Amino acid sequence: MSLTNYLVLAVVLFTIGGTTVLVRRNAIIAFMGVELMLNATNLSLVTFSRMHGNLDGQVMAFFVMVVAAAEVVVGLAIIVSIYRTRRSASLDDVSLLKH
Amino acid sequence: MNALLLVPAALNADGTVSSGETVLFWVIAPLMVLGALALVFSRRAVYAAVSIIFVMIGLAFLYVAQDAVFLGVTQVVVYTGAIMMLFLFVLMLVGVDASESLIETIRGHRPLVGLFALGLVVGLGGVVISAAYSAPVGLEALNADSNPVGVARVLFGQYALAMQLTGALLIVAAVSAITLTHVERLLPLVTQRRVADAKMEAWAARGARIAQLPASGVYATHNGADIPALSATGEPVMASVPRVLRVRGQQLEIGDFAPNIAAERDRPTGQSGLPNMPGEPAPQLTQGEEER
Repeated sequence: MSLTNYLVLAVVLFTIGGTTVLVRRNAIIAFMGVELMLNATNLSLVTFSRMHGNLDGQVMAFFVMVVAAAEVVVGLAIIVSIYRTRRSASLDDVSLLKH
Repeated sequence: MNALLLVPAALNADGTVSSGETVLFWVIAPLMVLGALALVFSRRAVYAAVSIIFVMIGLAFLYVAQDAVFLGVTQVVVYTGAIMMLFLFVLMLVGVDASESLIETIRGHRPLVGLFALGLVVGLGGVVISAAYSAPVGLEALNADSNPVGVARVLFGQYALAMQLTGALLIVAAVSAITLTHVERLLPLVTQRRVADAKMEAWAARGARIAQLPASGVYATHNGADIPALSATGEPVMASVPRVLRVRGQQLEIGDFAPNIAAERDRPTGQSGLPNMPGEPAPQLTQGEEER
């Protein structure tokens, strides 16, 4: 087995995450899809790091994790504050700016 | 040195991975894809969260197998330990059964997304498979002093400024989360003192009840909350039944479960004999009978 298999797995996970963001309308589940996409890119970064014999890829994946943690905190706070005012966690309900 | 930091992940001479890692990959990768698919298809958000936790633990295994031990441990600690627990907390806050409607708001939305997913996986996968890579190098030389030491040398050497900016980012994120979820107090805080004062005011204004409500009836054959207690004179105390049951008409009468008590209660008492009390009238006593 070559290292390409890891990259293919990362592609599959990234696609599933993107599909989740597009299909699901529960804001929390869509957000989990974003997390899955970030994790898939982390896997490809780690694989490329091993392929090129360079630890920069792992450091980049580490930074992605840190930024993802910050992003999750802010995103979930936004979801909670929207839920407080609209009593809904559905993405379709937040369409006031459309009208 | 810790055995975890010496995972044998050496590449073979032709750039392929060892057979042990191959087995690990083919066991974990399909399970991870199944867990990720559960995110798309599961109806309940909690199931989706648990399946994503599973995927993330699988990713941690793959990181460790790929000579990224530090990232593998960080993956478990940060993602499954902190981020997904935060997701579960918010799910509890927002409501576990916040199920979504399955009606398409945009016509043909789902088939289009399926087409998009197919295109993405074929396009990206085709690029990844067909690209010509140089011979894999492996990380044995860089991980000679264990992987965390190697990562730390890069992190605090080349990326020291980025590391400090990341710390600032985390602080800003924490402050923004506090600000976003902060709620202004619109009404004064309800304390015990205020509750007691409100009860006394209601009592002074319209004779409301100050003390707690009486407990429901306890009988030998039935001690549910749906039957009233009996007062000292045998009258049912309706305030002892919860108001919800009374509104729904679900409270029971004494006769519904203990007809003998009801019959006993309705029988005229025969022994009182005192003026203005129920029962037989007081006996008319004469002088002669008294002496006998």
